[in-house]
Amino acid sequence: MHMADALISPVVGGAMWATTAGIATYAAKKVQHDLDERKVPLMGVLGAFVFAAQMINFTIPGTGSSGHLGGGLLLAILLGPHAAFLTISSILTIQALFFADGGLLSLGCNIINMGFFSCYIAYPFIYKPLVGGTPTQSRLFLASILAAIIGLQIGAFGVVLETLFSGISELPFSTFVLLMQPIHLAIGFFEGLITAIVVSFIVKESPDIIKKAAINQPIGAAPVKRIIVILMIATLFTAGALSWFASSNPDGLEWSIANVIGEEELKAPEGIHGFFAEIQKKIAFLPDYNFKHTDQPAEAEIKEKEAPSWPSVDTGTSVAGIIGSLLTLALVYSIGKGLQHFAK
Amino acid sequence: MIKIESNWVDLRYLDVLATQHTFIHRLNPCIKLLTTLIFIIMVTSFPKYEITGLLPFFFFPAVLISLGKLPPGPLLKRLILVAPFVVFVGIFNPLFDHTPVAKLGSVIITGGWLSFASITLRLSLTVTAALILVATTGIDAIGSALLKMGVPRIIVVQLLFMHRYLHVLLEEFTRSIQAYSLRSFHGEGVRFRAWGSLLGQLLIRSVDRANRVYQSMLCRGFDGEVRLIRTSTLRISDILYLAGWLVFFLFVRWFNVPQVLGKLLMGGY
Repeated sequence: MHMADALISPVVGGAMWATTAGIATYAAKKVQHDLDERKVPLMGVLGAFVFAAQMINFTIPGTGSSGHLGGGLLLAILLGPHAAFLTISSILTIQALFFADGGLLSLGCNIINMGFFSCYIAYPFIYKPLVGGTPTQSRLFLASILAAIIGLQIGAFGVVLETLFSGISELPFSTFVLLMQPIHLAIGFFEGLITAIVVSFIVKESPDIIKKAAINQPIGAAPVKRIIVILMIATLFTAGALSWFASSNPDGLEWSIANVIGEEELKAPEGIHGFFAEIQKKIAFLPDYNFKHTDQPAEAEIKEKEAPSWPSVDTGTSVAGIIGSLLTLALVYSIGKGLQHFAK
Repeated sequence: MIKIESNWVDLRYLDVLATQHTFIHRLNPCIKLLTTLIFIIMVTSFPKYEITGLLPFFFFPAVLISLGKLPPGPLLKRLILVAPFVVFVGIFNPLFDHTPVAKLGSVIITGGWLSFASITLRLSLTVTAALILVATTGIDAIGSALLKMGVPRIIVVQLLFMHRYLHVLLEEFTRSIQAYSLRSFHGEGVRFRAWGSLLGQLLIRSVDRANRVYQSMLCRGFDGEVRLIRTSTLRISDILYLAGWLVFFLFVRWFNVPQVLGKLLMGGY
């Protein structure tokens, strides 16, 4: 579920970062207003708790496989949505920094996919109404499982959309959805089950922990929710529109292909004029994100193939590219080694 | 069980690396964070078929690993651990994209293979950049950099708290899981019957500990402010460092250096 930087484009990453920053600022404001400062260490410890609990293997009965806790829903139940959102953001940040689990540019995407949907959608709109005031065992289980499944389904769908808009992966939309959604159905069920078991244990053993969280104010007034939804739609739209714009730039694809096989004419520039013309040509170009229309991928492919200025496939230039690459890597290695001596 | 311990070891290892005193470690954390982010944005901004243009970017991790005296082995290990999902998504590219783009002798290379190779390169670059950032900066300095960049205080304090507690809790969890596995006879993993009680116990313990720690912090004068000893000033060397990398990134982003080198060697000019 953690997205890596390798599969996203700066536009998508940046847009999701902006959205995340907005929501996090809002959550931070709410937490500072509504909570006593006791909550901060508690948030830290519970974050560490979930982080550590994610590493425990739980044997799934009758299957021989094992699963892990995600913890988003559990945190929302224990801390309320705002504090939980901040805590999950911290967990994901530490994971990205220390374990490279999820990238830094894709951190925004990951926080939305795994934090926002479970704290601000699954918890207030599914878990809370279903559990009601005094939860019975069966209601608790039903609410947890449903909330976890729905939260994860939306999150997985988010991964699909963000990957698609980035256009680095070639996976068609339908295939990717069919890969992601069923897997996360099972994961969501497991997540809900374990959350419910832990919560019911806590209710029995140390009920005041849950009670304290239940006093937590309900989610902010309706306008805020509307703003967040509008923000999200705007984000998706912007990312989509920008990718679309980038791909409709006629020179994009030819340029990138040409670059790969070295057809790009790096003529020795004719004096200073040629040099600047060259630079200008480079700079006046929008990177091609190649966003494909999902319902007609074949057409896009055909268009690409029929591009009039398709560079001729030529062995010589490919070899030049490979030799140059090897040389570059050799240089990187030797400079690195040299610097090591220098550092001593 | 094994996983929890190895992760903990990794975490401590990066923290230890961050305590070194090299030129890179002494740089201003804001500058390092900014450089890393620019690096990642540059790398991800390449079109999907790019391979040769990505290669010069390996200078950045190579230089930092050398100057920051970081061991490349553990960094590579982490890279291999996080690779599977990305490779899984990327490996579909050759299946769906059959556009011929290059020829080597009689072998036609399709666009799918190129973009797959490109994804692998991107992955190596971005993952190592993030790990190097922590290993040369440390979480406290990153926290202060985030504060300077205007991230709300509560988020930063929370992040630092969590990192501090991680060591404590991981140690405790490792002990509990060890105790459980010594008393049970079914190998790896926690059985269904023990799910709730084991996790629930750990949770209750964690909350109790949070309260105790908080009390003792209050006794020592905690007022909600986390003060960091390392004051970072902006020096000339920091500015030069950022400017140098920026120029380098922009240069190799817009000029395909390996391509030119290859052409020179092949007598293309």
